[in-house]
Amino acid sequence: MLSRRRAYVCRNAAGASQSPSERVSIEISIFTCFIQGSLMLSLWLNVVASGILMGLVYGLVALGLTIIFGVMRVVNFAHGEMVVFGVYIGYWSVRMWEVPIIAAAALAAAVMFVFGYFLEKLIVKRFVNSPHHYQFIVFIGLSLLFSGILLVAFGPDPRPTASQLSFRTVSIGILTLDLARLQAAGVAGLLIVMLGAYLKYSSFGRSLRAAANNRLGGLIVGLIIPRIYAITFGIGAACAGVAGALISPLFDAQPYLAMDFTLLAFVTVIVGGLGSFGGALLGGLTIGVAEAVAALMFSPSMKTALPYALLIIILIFRPRGFFGVREV
Amino acid sequence: MTTLLDVKNLTRSFGGLVAVNDVSFALAKGQITALIGPNGAGKTTCFNLVAGALKPTSGQVFFQGQSIEGAPPENVCRMGIARTFQIVRPMRDMSVLENAMVGAFSWTRNVSEARSTAYESLESVGLVGKANARTDQLTMSDRKMLEVAKALSTRPKLLLLDEVMAGLRPTEAVSVVQVLRKLAESGLTILLVEHVMRIVMEVASTVVVLHHGAKIAEGCPKDVVADPQVLESYLGAGFHA
Amino acid sequence: MSEKFNKAAETKRWIAGAIVFVILGLVGALSNSYIVSLMTIVLLFTFMGQSWNLMLGIGGQLSIGHALFVGLGAYSVGVLYLKYGISPWIGLLAGMVIAGSVGAVLAWLSFRFEVHGIYFALLTIAAAEFARIMFSGWEFVGAMQGLFFPAPTGEVDISMLRGGARFYYFVALALAAIGIAGTELISRSYLGYVWRAMRDDDEAARALGVRTFRHKILVISISAASAAAGGGILALVQGAIFPDSIMGMGISVDVLIGPVVGGLGTAFGPLVGSLAAIPLNHLMGALGDSLGIPGLNNIAYGVILISVVWFLPDGIWPAVVRGYAAIKGSLFARPLKLRKAEE
Repeated sequence: MLSRRRAYVCRNAAGASQSPSERVSIEISIFTCFIQGSLMLSLWLNVVASGILMGLVYGLVALGLTIIFGVMRVVNFAHGEMVVFGVYIGYWSVRMWEVPIIAAAALAAAVMFVFGYFLEKLIVKRFVNSPHHYQFIVFIGLSLLFSGILLVAFGPDPRPTASQLSFRTVSIGILTLDLARLQAAGVAGLLIVMLGAYLKYSSFGRSLRAAANNRLGGLIVGLIIPRIYAITFGIGAACAGVAGALISPLFDAQPYLAMDFTLLAFVTVIVGGLGSFGGALLGGLTIGVAEAVAALMFSPSMKTALPYALLIIILIFRPRGFFGVREV
Repeated sequence: MTTLLDVKNLTRSFGGLVAVNDVSFALAKGQITALIGPNGAGKTTCFNLVAGALKPTSGQVFFQGQSIEGAPPENVCRMGIARTFQIVRPMRDMSVLENAMVGAFSWTRNVSEARSTAYESLESVGLVGKANARTDQLTMSDRKMLEVAKALSTRPKLLLLDEVMAGLRPTEAVSVVQVLRKLAESGLTILLVEHVMRIVMEVASTVVVLHHGAKIAEGCPKDVVADPQVLESYLGAGFHA
Repeated sequence: MSEKFNKAAETKRWIAGAIVFVILGLVGALSNSYIVSLMTIVLLFTFMGQSWNLMLGIGGQLSIGHALFVGLGAYSVGVLYLKYGISPWIGLLAGMVIAGSVGAVLAWLSFRFEVHGIYFALLTIAAAEFARIMFSGWEFVGAMQGLFFPAPTGEVDISMLRGGARFYYFVALALAAIGIAGTELISRSYLGYVWRAMRDDDEAARALGVRTFRHKILVISISAASAAAGGGILALVQGAIFPDSIMGMGISVDVLIGPVVGGLGTAFGPLVGSLAAIPLNHLMGALGDSLGIPGLNNIAYGVILISVVWFLPDGIWPAVVRGYAAIKGSLFARPLKLRKAEE
């Protein structure tokens, strides 16, 4: 995350707060490694572990995108803005009411579900059957609109959310992990599992998957497609929002983060395969670990470029990602 | 009689299902041949194999003595085999004339030459009066004829028609038959895939009957309809006229 | 007879186009410097929008990473001029070759496996972001600090493409004219027919002998090369190149907004759209700055994009043409004009 942070700080020229956690944690882990002697192994384990933790959160973000695509065949270009909405929800609720981050995440889930539901009902549904490029343009429009709203509401400056939580670490054996990151990953992982089980076993999950497989068939057997679409969009937005709230202790809340998250989510789902549940999770973990390893092995700027390089390589060899769904 | 297209032991399976099983036949130059059979007989698969849209599992298709194996559809077309689609596919945002022009660009880059060819193609299917119409203004039978005109503009030696008469009213079908006859008289070889037997009997000089992917009969229409095996495949066992 | 009618309509269109450009020339000669510099940007984005329009509106291939090509053009001009003193003319040419090749490679990679539609669009974005990050870390091209052209002396030097704001206005005007005329010529040539066939139905076009694979590569590399030419001039106009501002998503959006708002696949759409959207964006930006509310321009762009697709999916220009034809039709009781004849 360091270089991502660097990139937008520079972009902003505000140059403000470069605080956080990651650097602290990496420095701490490097330090511990020296003491323990088994230098490389421990360092690598720490890096991979923190990559996996971040990967779970990326997985949750990507899952939101992939569910929407899988069911509705639209690519939510405004996904990053939804993550940033979540970041601000996390930021404000922790700041105003000093609630634990889990409660903030629950609030983000509720708010963003409602938001996504009504966004679909009001706008998105009109374009579900439009050609791809119209959909893209509408979503680019939504993304601009939301980022504009974020800018108007919160201003361009980053708000450091560093709280007590941001600096606490946990040691497990030779691993030293941020508490905030561990918490975020834990909740994200749990949600992914719950969502997976819900989609697999609940009756709504079944009808949702049916609608994804065959829209016309779904209509014929009496599925209420408009409702399914609205709920799907709500779930997708909620995934983004929760992920945003969970990482609010790790990132400074800032509107410009949105584009980065949208692109990261795109890369994640393409690597995993657009429209695939397992693919989103696998893609998230791949990107998380790859980023962390690249930051260790190469320069920080390489780290931000790496997901894209990975994406291009994947597209060359496996153009539909690990578990890609055929386009209709 | 010279052979234009030679289909040899063509087989295509999808997973475990053998859709076309060891089918061989030959098309004579300047004649209309019909490929018929009941639903699910493998007609369309066979058609797509000849058109290069599908690759055969085994067997070969020779066009003028040359194998079309592995040739993508655009190259098959450039060799002189033009096709239509069962479900009509006009270019939505192009006029009737422009639709008919596209095929000509497979042999020329001259726009006015393409335009005059397109007019000729439209003329031969009777659509010239609607040249400037939008494709969504056409009736179903006009759309089918536009498909034929599009294919004709590529200046084919062989025309493959996938169910051009399906869904047409009898009077419309009669006019299509006349168009096809005229085309054949001008020296074009035509392979028809049809479900409706009655129309086929009128135009085709040779009929190939498929059933469950295999060829069960071949010959002139009169003989084929008398073949008990053919009757059985269409009407079920136990039916004998 | 329709042939003759088309010829007459065609001549009329060329004359109308010429009149528009004479008016734009007068605007450049007579307006104040603020309008000149704003209109320079409008015309440059008309040209770049036209390149994007060629690719989607005629070729049917969606790119949402055109900033990649714009940036490659800008950097080619910048690096050759600033590091080696080579004329921007050569830089433009180099940029076009580089961007055209990159576009061709991207297209080849993607269409080789018949990966298209959404996946191709996402690939273009990923490639643009990848390039932006790479250029941000590449010291030779100035990394995040960017490249700066020396301040213009006001003296016009055509061999080095240097001059004042008004000079660049006319360069941009010429470019926009070339873009519109070029698109018109291409869409009347066999390429236009073949590309539109491929746009409307790839499989059916192939069955008619269109080699869609190579035509997709061709349309994308032509589009990329012309976007690069626009990018090269944009860099000269702005006097500086930063990876985030020349290769960022913002540029990709600015490129597509003109043709989308004005009318996809039309020759005049990008001009109309850019004329409508870019000044509005600047106005909202200025308003936001003076009120201390950033983000107003984003909201304006967002609302414009959504409402155009919602209410005028064909864009402003075709709606205007339709309206004009309807009025004319009712006045002279002419037979209903066909949609194709409009554009």
